[in-house]
Formats: sequence, structure tokens, C-alpha cells
Amino acid sequence: MRDTRSLPAKLALYAAVLAGAVIMLFPFLWTVITSITPEGSLADGPKLVVDDPTLNAYRTLLDAIPMWRIMLNSLGIAIASTLLQLVTGAMAAYGFARLHFPLKNVVFGFYLATLMVPLQVLVVPLFIEMKTLNLQDTYFALLAPTIASAFGVFLLRQAVTAVPLELDEAATIDGAGHLRIFTTIVLPLIRPALATVAVFAFMGSWNSFLWPLVVIRSPEFMTLPLGLSTLQGQFTTQWDVVMAGSVVSIVPIAIVYLLAQRHIIAGVAHTGIK
Amino acid sequence: MKTDAKPARTARSRKPGSWKKLGWVLFFLLPSAVPLLIFTLIPMVSSLWVSLHRWNLISPMEWVGLGNYANLLGDEMTRRVFLHTLIYVAGYLPLVYVGGLALALALNQKLKGRSFLRATYFLPVVTSWVVVALVWKWLLNPSNGLVNQVLGAIGLPEPGWWTDPQWALPAVILSSAWKDLGFVMVILLAGLQAIPSDLYEAAKVDGSSAWQRFWRVTLPLLSPSTFFVVVISLINGFQVFDQVYVMTGGGPAGSSQVVVGQIYDLTFRYGRAGEASALSWILFAVILVITVVQIRGQRRWVHYA
Repeated sequence: MRDTRSLPAKLALYAAVLAGAVIMLFPFLWTVITSITPEGSLADGPKLVVDDPTLNAYRTLLDAIPMWRIMLNSLGIAIASTLLQLVTGAMAAYGFARLHFPLKNVVFGFYLATLMVPLQVLVVPLFIEMKTLNLQDTYFALLAPTIASAFGVFLLRQAVTAVPLELDEAATIDGAGHLRIFTTIVLPLIRPALATVAVFAFMGSWNSFLWPLVVIRSPEFMTLPLGLSTLQGQFTTQWDVVMAGSVVSIVPIAIVYLLAQRHIIAGVAHTGIK
Repeated sequence: MKTDAKPARTARSRKPGSWKKLGWVLFFLLPSAVPLLIFTLIPMVSSLWVSLHRWNLISPMEWVGLGNYANLLGDEMTRRVFLHTLIYVAGYLPLVYVGGLALALALNQKLKGRSFLRATYFLPVVTSWVVVALVWKWLLNPSNGLVNQVLGAIGLPEPGWWTDPQWALPAVILSSAWKDLGFVMVILLAGLQAIPSDLYEAAKVDGSSAWQRFWRVTLPLLSPSTFFVVVISLINGFQVFDQVYVMTGGGPAGSSQVVVGQIYDLTFRYGRAGEASALSWILFAVILVITVVQIRGQRRWVHYA
């Protein structure tokens, strides 16, 4: 399925792919443009060139909601939940792939069962659990459901299984225990899978909406999606402010994605999702 | 360490090392098992318990047995929200699959700037639903949104999008497909790259056209990826919520209310937590049945190379 294509066919392909890319990027471009357009001229309709760009919307945004706090909340929770999922996931993956214990399949079955239950089923009782423990409106409540992810365990177990057992045996003969084998042999070899889990974990936390919506009330514990959604009602839709908030929330996740990009396709291909 | 691995079944007779072994098992598994137990397994069980009660989150629970389930199944509203969710999935899935496949095929070619293009198509995937929904809500604004201005300029009708009951759901479907296209593309790209190129060479030698190679080689060998996309999209599709909540809030007049939106409203707007829990278990049962049916049926059309 490569080369030996006629020039017109190739040009047509380029044209189609680029047109598609424009459709993908345009809303984002538009978001940026709107965020720097002076408030009054928005009603006049779409313009690609802004006559007198302004950062007013960003200033209004900072006044309207505790934006820095909300950014830091999102970032902190996303990083914490990513690290926790990597640690708990990799350890469990090693446990399931390398240790032998009775009822292992049953225990693994429980992990898989939790994978199949959608968040929606859990939202009500989880909310009640937090309310009972008086943990509403706390960072811990935001973090709790994402400390361990069965999806991560599942993906990483596949990766650990793919690591040749001979490596473990050689290390055992050299006197290494489980901890040494885990940290010095297994972890480095499953890096692509770890990167994939990290991206999914970060994305999941950064973008999650339903759970923060349920468990968070006060602005100082809000995360970005929640903070942005509250902007909607607060200003009978001051779109330039909403779009400024959108820009602020897209930049970090775009950076994370660009950093991890090359691992993703490889990660997807190698971890058995395909 | 390794020699006692196989006869583990007979390890009932306590070997000296078996306590130490148990220690390692606990060490590696507890960090994930404890959170999963507390924040997933226990809520699962208590959700079932709540679904058997009438409860407004405040006053004491009142046992109603399967009453909530019976009420929901007989309720017109339940039928409506399931119908909307079904329409959403039926519109969304073909759009993302065909679009994602076309993209994957195109971006699997040797093109200049290929990785930039892949990143571009993936950008909406990593962006939060709230942002995407806000942007689309604004682009699809019936009175001064960009889409309608363009449609008007070229003389096409300008739909009322999220203010018209007929168009609210299509607006949600379109923006969802736009967002998830890149995800489907990446999965299918990974699948395409796993197809051995000598199969194409062989097909070419046999004199097959590009079109025939697509139907006879690419599609069948892509069936595992297709299967994954379909299973995941259906599961996610039935759980659609964020975009509806932000774009339409289920309106106008409930015309775009979906199952999860209904679960949310039942709990936090109407204080009917028992029914909300019951509805979420009905949703789970539906998703489970659909997924099991697909896994059972995969032998008919999924070919593992």
C-alpha cells in the first residue's frame, strides 16, 4: 500500500488530508482568536484577523474564577493520579505476571470486574461514601477513584508477561530478589507500556468531569473542566472569557501529548489492544 | 524461586518459604487492591443495595425491593433516554469508524509532515470534553455561530442546532465524532502497521486492483482493530454525558437527555438516589449484554492473522 501512485492521486490525497486537518484545527484556532478579540466586536461575526487584539478576556478570567488555583489543582491531581496509577499498576502487573499464589485467577477476575463497571454506576455510592467520611470538597476525594486503575494493571500485565523469563532467572542466579528484578529489569523494559498508561491516566484525570462535578462544590477545589463549565452561566456567556479559559486548559494537555506522542502508537500496537 | 513455581498447587504443606512468598504477594498487590476495593468494589455492592431502596440522600432509606426497577421499566422517561442514547450511538459509530478508517489509510502513506498531521487529528482527543463542547456550542450557535453563517452564505438552510429539539442530538453527535476521530485513527493505524506488507505484494502479483486489495486484505486483517474500536465505542457511547451536559443540558425539552444525564438529574436534582442507582445498573446490564454478544459474535467476522 505504498508508492507507485500517480501524481494527481498524490495531490488529491494531500488536499484531502490537509482540508481535514484544517477542520480539526479550526475550532482551536478560532478559540484563540476569540479569546483575544475585543468583547464588543464579537457580535459582528467571524473575522480571521483581529484589528486590535487584547488580553482583556484573560484578565477577566483571572478575576472571575481563581484560575491559578484551578490550574494548579488540575495539574497536581493529574500528576498525582498518574504517578499513583503507574506505581500501583506496575506493582500489580508484576504480581500477576511473576508471582504464583492460590486464587490468582479469581483475584485477577475481580480486577477485571471493576474495569467493566462504569463510573456512572459508582457515582451515587461513591458520593455517599465521601459524604459519610466528610471528604466532600477535598483533594483526596478528587484523587481517590484514580489511585489504582484496573485498565492500567491489565495493560501493564500484558507488557510484563512479554518480558522473557530468562532475564528474571539470570538475575535470580546472581542473587537478585523480586524487588531488584522489578526495579532494574522489568520496569525499564516496559517503558512504552508505562508511557501509554501515563498518557491515558493524565488525560483521564485532566479531562474528567462527572466525578468532580459530583464531589466538588467550592471554587478552591475545582478542576479545569468544572471551572470552565461554571463560566457559562456566570456570564450570560461572555464567549471571549470562556474561550480564554479553553486556551489555558488546552495548552498543558497538548504539551503532554506532544512529549508522549511517539510512544502512543507504539504503545497501542505493543500492548495487545490492537 | 522458580523451581517451586510449577507444583504450587500442592503447596498446601507449608514450606518454609511460603510465608515469605505471601509477603511478596501482599507487597505487590495491596497498593492496587486496597484502593480498588474501597473505591470501586464496595461502592459497586452498596450501589446495588441503594437501588433496592427509596432514598433522597438525607432521610432514612426505605426498602422497596425491585420497585425502583419496575418503576423505571414502566416509565416513559426511561424509554426516551434510552432511545436518545441509542440514536446517539447509531449516529456516532459509523461516523467515527468510516472517518477514522479513511484517516488511518491516508496517514499510513508516506506523506510529508505525516506526524504533524497525526498530531493535529489527535489534538481534539486529548482536549477536555467541556472545552470541546463549549467551542462547538458556540460554533453551532443558531443565531450568530460560524457554522450557520457559512451555511447561510452558501444558501443552505440554517438548523436551530441545540435550540431546536430535532437538531440537539445531531449537534452532539457531530461534535462527538469530530472529537473522537483521532482516537479511532490511532487504533486503526496500529492495526494497519501490523499487516505484513508481503500480503500486498502477493495480491499485486495476482493482479488485484487497489480496491480489491482493500476489501480482501486490508479490511479482513484490520478486523481485530475494528472489533476493538466497535466494542470501546459502544461502551463509551452508552455512557455519553459530558458533552450533553455542557452543550444542551439534555434540552431543549428533554430532546437530548441521555441515560447518564438522567442518572445525574435523578440523584442531584430530584433526590431520587434509589432510582438513579437502579437506572445505572440497568445501563450496566445493557452494556454488558451488548459487549458479551459482540465477544460471542466475533468469531464470525474477526480474523486474527
